[in-house]
Amino acid sequence: MIERPSYTEFHPRWHRTRVSTYWWLERWRYVKFILRELTSIFVALFVVMTLLQIRALAHGPQTYQAFQERLANPLVLVLNTVGLLFVLFHTITWFNLTPKAMAIRVGGKRIPDVLLTAPNYVAWVVVSGVVAWIVMEG
Amino acid sequence: MTDKIILEVARYNPERHSEPTFDKYEVPFRKDWVILDALNYIKDRLDGSLSYRWSCRMGVCGSCGMMVDGEPKLTCATFLSSYAPGPVRVEPLRNFPIVRDLVIEMTDFMVKLKKVKPWIVRKDEKPISEGEYLQTPQQLENYKQFSMCINCLLCYAACPVYGLDNLFTGPAALALAQRYNLDSRDQGAHERREILSEHDGIWGCTFVGECTEVCPKHVDPAGAIQQYKVSAAMDWFKSFVMPRGAE
Repeated sequence: MIERPSYTEFHPRWHRTRVSTYWWLERWRYVKFILRELTSIFVALFVVMTLLQIRALAHGPQTYQAFQERLANPLVLVLNTVGLLFVLFHTITWFNLTPKAMAIRVGGKRIPDVLLTAPNYVAWVVVSGVVAWIVMEG
Repeated sequence: MTDKIILEVARYNPERHSEPTFDKYEVPFRKDWVILDALNYIKDRLDGSLSYRWSCRMGVCGSCGMMVDGEPKLTCATFLSSYAPGPVRVEPLRNFPIVRDLVIEMTDFMVKLKKVKPWIVRKDEKPISEGEYLQTPQQLENYKQFSMCINCLLCYAACPVYGLDNLFTGPAALALAQRYNLDSRDQGAHERREILSEHDGIWGCTFVGECTEVCPKHVDPAGAIQQYKVSAAMDWFKSFVMPRGAE
């Protein structure tokens, strides 16, 4: 534990400003941070949705068909669209933050940020391409 | 262009006020003036009772950090002209108790800074007669960025985690710990790990990244903390896979 500074009783009467509950609305960068934190909910939602989809698939073509029809519900469509936007925001912001957490040095110099960010995007495109190919061709 | 600008300065006298109020001062608007020049003008010509800290007025001492229009800034490096036509609001650094006017209480930071052992730790000191610990330019480069910290506390004022829970060790102290961990002359990484890896250490950081944005010396405390998280996680994993041979 961090030890607390101790003072004599004669120290000046300080003023402590309370942090507002809405501190995160004060600056756009704070809002962006909170939005990035919120994206985790939508990432979890997508995972649950995929698991349910696999479960439906395991239960045979009829169950899967019924699941697909439920997905076509306008409310689910709206939820999934909002979810997709948040998941994209999640992916892009985290990809862009990778160089902060990784200081890789080659010949004593830190490699440029783009060399750490770009492979993430390349892997993303390749994996998406492979998945799309399996879905479309399969 | 107007030749005057209004400064709204936070005032707090612990013997008279229950909370800070704002006083307005009209100061000359000069292109070459920074906020600190305007505060010095107020102190010299308008109101001698205004209290604030400053020293070098060239971005080295780290004393004159204040909130300028809600952003933590070194007032010696922040031009009045960036805020024209005004008014400009000057407040004490956020997240710290206010002693008086623009002066904050920073003992909490000093205690935390000492706790992370920001000095070179050696297992055995070699005698002075054997000379210095030599370092290559590359070894210097490894930690140099983090050594630029001037303890101005702008990062603490920008950090919402510290604002909400001041048990958090905070950006500058963690970056300075990492500065010594990365120093080739230092052997104290193991001692520091206990302190840094606890709940109020690196794992308290949620990577808001605002500390890096406001740092006037481009130290990148957020980067230092995330890099330390990676190495702490690797160390944990190594001790998990190789319980005896990890050190």
